[in-house]
Amino acid sequence: MSAAIETLWTRKHLLGLEDLSADEINTILKTAASLKEVSLRPIKKVPALRGKTIVNLFFEPSTRTRTSFELAAKRLSADTINIASSSSSLTKGETIIDTVNNLEALKVDAFVVRHASAGVPNLIAQHARASVINAGDGAHEHPTQALLDLFTIQEHRKKIAGLKVSIIGDISHSRVARSNIWGLTKLGAEVTVCAPPTLLPVEIERMGVQVTHDANEAVENADVLMLLRIQHERQETQLIPGIREYRLRYGIDAQRLEKAKPDLLIMHPGPVNRGVELDSFAADGKSSVILDQVTNGVAVRMAVLYLVIGAPEGTPLEGAVV
Amino acid sequence: MSAILIRNGRVIDPSQKIDGTFDLLIHDGVVELVKPSDKKRSEKINELHVIDATGKWVVPGFVDLHTHLREPGREDKETIASGTRAAIAGGFTSICAMPNTEPAMDHGGIVEQVLQQARRANNAQVYPIGAITLGRKGKELTNFQELFEAGCVGLSDDGDPLTNSLLMRRALEASRVFNRPIIQHAEDKALFGKGVMHEGYVSTVLGVEGIPSETETIIIARDIDLAALTGGWLHVAHISTAKGVDLVRQAKKLGIRVTCEVTPHHLALTHEELKGFNSMAKVNPPLRTSKDRDALVQGVMDGTIDCIATDHAPHTDWEKCAPLDTAPFGISGLETAFALCYQSLVEPGHISENRLIELMTSAPAELIRIEAGTLKKDSIADFVLVDPEQSWKVNAKTFVSRGKNTPVEGRVLPVKIVGVFKNGEMKFLEEEKTQRSEHA
Repeated sequence: MSAAIETLWTRKHLLGLEDLSADEINTILKTAASLKEVSLRPIKKVPALRGKTIVNLFFEPSTRTRTSFELAAKRLSADTINIASSSSSLTKGETIIDTVNNLEALKVDAFVVRHASAGVPNLIAQHARASVINAGDGAHEHPTQALLDLFTIQEHRKKIAGLKVSIIGDISHSRVARSNIWGLTKLGAEVTVCAPPTLLPVEIERMGVQVTHDANEAVENADVLMLLRIQHERQETQLIPGIREYRLRYGIDAQRLEKAKPDLLIMHPGPVNRGVELDSFAADGKSSVILDQVTNGVAVRMAVLYLVIGAPEGTPLEGAVV
Repeated sequence: MSAILIRNGRVIDPSQKIDGTFDLLIHDGVVELVKPSDKKRSEKINELHVIDATGKWVVPGFVDLHTHLREPGREDKETIASGTRAAIAGGFTSICAMPNTEPAMDHGGIVEQVLQQARRANNAQVYPIGAITLGRKGKELTNFQELFEAGCVGLSDDGDPLTNSLLMRRALEASRVFNRPIIQHAEDKALFGKGVMHEGYVSTVLGVEGIPSETETIIIARDIDLAALTGGWLHVAHISTAKGVDLVRQAKKLGIRVTCEVTPHHLALTHEELKGFNSMAKVNPPLRTSKDRDALVQGVMDGTIDCIATDHAPHTDWEKCAPLDTAPFGISGLETAFALCYQSLVEPGHISENRLIELMTSAPAELIRIEAGTLKKDSIADFVLVDPEQSWKVNAKTFVSRGKNTPVEGRVLPVKIVGVFKNGEMKFLEEEKTQRSEHA
């Protein structure tokens, strides 16, 4: 890895992919590629972030993202604290800013923030001295998920430019969709979103995507299929007439995959609703790279933590990863 | 009692179609315009406090049809004392207090309590707006007679619109005999849902729930039909959509009794302000598109929109400094209203300064039928000195209002209020700044 790539990273926070340039995204992906090897070692630890303190501030329940961030931090030798909404003073009426100020008083280096409300990482970044990494905020962005998706696609297909990617599911409420749309389009992919009209936000085309309501069309030409989780609550608010209707029109099963390209990649950010957005044939079949996504999540999050709080400007990465 | 002579200012009083250099003589709390050449009139008075207003505008005190004073109930956001003092700082000498208090202004006793507090504060004159329904719950009508006798000048369940069409019909019918408006915050609550901001590209990118324009227009359309049915007087509060303005325009052409107001922020800003999750720009109705904004300006220009009203909605810093979806709706608007409107309407050449002053003085005063907004001989001496040459930078920390929630923080605004007189009493004059601090 050349030092020239390192100097591209100057950001204190990672709040989303909307503001990132293609060069910055590539910097993260290249850093992740060199850090992925750490997790394959018998002793899965390097001293890159020794002495740094990272707070996983999860206002919304999460298992896989929190675990992935925690492992990423630990493999870089950082100290981690996990604060979950149930145990935090938020349930006692404290404001978010007060919670953050109190944690800052303990001298921490980064907040990894997950919140059900869009924009909370931005809010914290405006008030905190520490770095803020968005681990998913409402339906806004989930940048590390999109980065690990990009990383996984790149691993299988070498490059992203020119690929046709279809994102199928609840686009309206999906932070994963938004971050992926920004990331994929910046790296030159052609993105199609596919959803029932009730689950598509207005003017989504202006984000640079094609729109279809026909799942067959979304599958037929795609190099990559990204499925999103359909939440059962959506049925209660009349956003979908029923899970059954959704499965019939948008669910990915063997029949729908018959016309797919042979080298199609099937992705899902998890947790999968088997039998709703995709069946076991699709989830566990040869096209599925769902578990690769999970593995790559750690490498991508190591890269993000390292770039945001670890790398003194101009330090070549090799120096840190011993 | 001593008299005051405001000498040599440019007096702009749209109620009399006056625009020229005059002296303004204030004697016993009432005004009289004097030609600068008429020395005799002022020389007869023994104790005369002369204020030189050369280069300044002398205009009637502004009238606001839509102010939230928060008292009783949320004195941490604003009090009647602080809100009326903020009004004075913004040039408003008469303001209508909305009934969204806790408890709601739904009976005479609370109205009298508010008026009593306003008298004690002795700042801007307060004209209460009573609630249409008990507790603003949209179930039972209040006692209109009692509210009007106590001093209310209109009725509204502002913030909690009347969605029940039958109840709205009854309110419009019942208010007819009082010749007072039913002021509707036009919002279809079911369609509004958990909306946070205008539904458009910005809400899509931010991933927050949108509030479509139809949330407003469905109710305006229904209410216009009910006004036509009943002959009642519908006043549409803080109109925000292009289609809404069009509905009002058509209704007026048909002779239906409908009036409406627009806020300075809807004339100046769009939903683009919310990029980056700026909760200071979170307001209801939401800031909409530039197309809507242009249509509002057009509505002001062609007279569809009757007047400007602030919808001053102060909140605490800790409430506003929150995630966009949980932060409360509202903008602290009294102290920026005139300059912001000047910047949006007069600077680009849409309307003259005379017309803007009319929209903030005689137009709302005549609409709500109060004696204010004029410098006619012997009217109450409520007036404002404006420096048309002085620009200033908005700094919420210096707001007199307890609400520091403004989306125009740091913006440089043209024209400055440099003096305000209420009942002939000097409330502040820029050089002296006597009444500027809250505890003065």
